[in-house]
Formats: sequence, C-alpha cells, structure tokens
Amino acid sequence: MDAVDGNAIGSLLIDVFGTEMTAAGSTCASCGARRPVAELVVYQRAPGTVVRCRTCGSVVMVLVRRAGIVSIDVSGLASLSQPGAIA
Amino acid sequence: MVASVNWETASVATIELDPPEWPGHLAGQHLDVRLTAEDGYTAERSYSIASAPGERLAITVERLEDGEVSPYLAGELRAGDELELRGPIGGYFVWEPGDGGPLTLLAGGSGVVPLRSILRHRLGTGSDVPVRLLYSSRTWEDVIYRDEFSEHRGGLWVSYTLTRSQPAGWTGYTGRVNPDLLAQAAWPAAAHPLAYICGPTSFVETAAAGLVGLGYPPERVKTERFGATGGR
Repeated sequence: MDAVDGNAIGSLLIDVFGTEMTAAGSTCASCGARRPVAELVVYQRAPGTVVRCRTCGSVVMVLVRRAGIVSIDVSGLASLSQPGAIA
Repeated sequence: MVASVNWETASVATIELDPPEWPGHLAGQHLDVRLTAEDGYTAERSYSIASAPGERLAITVERLEDGEVSPYLAGELRAGDELELRGPIGGYFVWEPGDGGPLTLLAGGSGVVPLRSILRHRLGTGSDVPVRLLYSSRTWEDVIYRDEFSEHRGGLWVSYTLTRSQPAGWTGYTGRVNPDLLAQAAWPAAAHPLAYICGPTSFVETAAAGLVGLGYPPERVKTERFGATGGR
C-alpha cells in the first residue's frame, strides 16, 4: 500500500478541529521543516492513520477513529497554523 | 440522491448527485461517500468532485475489482438510489480564477477527475488563464472525458501519454512521465506557472520532482496522491 498525502485526512481533521485544515501550515518538531498539512506523508494501513514528515520521516501525527470518536496525537508537531485565522 | 450514472469507460462511471443540502464546493475538492451494510458495517471512501462549482454535483469513480466501495458505486448504483455524503473536503488542492496561472495540470489515470473540475470552472467563469494538461493513461480505452476536453476552445492544450499500449497511428506521447516529457508538455518555469498534479502516488512523486527539476518553485506545485490505484 503506497502512502498517500495530507489531502486524505481532511475529513478526520474536520472532526478534530471543526474546520478545513489541509491548507494549514505545519512545522516538524524533529527537523523543523515547514509545509502545508496536505503535503505530509500519510499511511492509512497502520492501526489508525500515521502522518510523517516528508523531509525527515518522523511521525508528526497519529489519528485513530473508533466508535465515532477521533483521537489525535500531535507530539511530533512543533506548530500547526491555520491560514486566515486572526493572529 | 443519485440523479444519473453515466459510463465514461468500461470501468469508470460519472455519478451525478442531488443532495438535499449542499453548501457548494471549490474546484479540486473531494467528498466522502459512506456505505452502510444491513448489519451496520460501514465503509467510507473519498472521491474527487468532477463538476465545477455551481454545476450539479458529480463524482467520477473507477471500479476496482478488489474494492469495497467502488464496485457498488460503479456497478450496482442506479439513478434514484440514496447515498450518504460528507463534504466538501479539502482547501489545499483547489483553484480559483484569482489564483491565476498559466496552469500546468498533470493527471495520472483517474487523477484527472479534480482537474476536470478545475477546467470546467475555468470555462464557466470565462477565465483566460492558459492551460497545459498532460494526462497519463494505460491505454486509449482508459482515457476518461475524452470528448469533453476537445470542446474547450482556446487556451487549453491537452496532451496524452499512453503507458501500456497505443492505438495504430498514435501520435501522442508514450511511456511513463519523465523529465524529458515534462519539459515538452508543461509550461516552462520562466512562465511562472502554477501546477496541480493528481494521480497514483508514484506518478505524483515523479511528476512533482520533475517539475521542481525544471525550475518550478515547490510552493507552486500542488499535489494530491491517492495511493497505488484508484480511490479518488
């Protein structure tokens, strides 16, 4: 199963954040690389969805949906910034 | 509710939908379809929206023989059936006339679907942004929207590459996308183009690296990968 990209987690992220987040900017906590969420590497065959940095390969997010509840681990992200949000 | 099912090829169908509520979408977005079995088991898949904003909502689905959802959508589904939808989804792989161009659009297989939405949006809004579309397909029989693209007049150049077999007398490109082919079919970087690439992951990786190698700034190359085969 090939990896897909962050476009594929748009629906999961709406469940968590209540808004579209694939165009949001992300910063990898391991290497500092910045890119839109849509350009992150996404693996959907793990138990849950694993999101990795396209530069260094570190896990930046893990999302698990179970019985209508989404749980998200974002400890691999240094920042997540939504464009259009008021600073 | 399903308004119509039209076959594009032997295994690809365009499904027009009339949802009771639809907030409208942007060109390039996708939606989720959820199927629920009688025992309550559910399966959900994402499909790119094939229609332009303002048009009747449509998705184009490739039937994957080992798929869980697509054999139903592109096989058993009929006009009048009900589907559970969620969307629109996505805010990155989208194009509005104000985003400008020129546009380099690269499609691998059914990755052409969101690019069709962009092209129809361009046509519908009267945008004069020039477009070069390179569409990679296995065979000529696998090419979808074939007749439609010829209807776009002015400012759209469509080229095809056929990777598996070519009809007699084929004058288009052959073989998988590579830097030489991109140098011929895509706008040169000096034109400050904006690129959208959609298709199987390996196609998108090769095509995106190829455009960056030609001098496209990475932030002007938008990508959407749908894995090994099919999906959206």
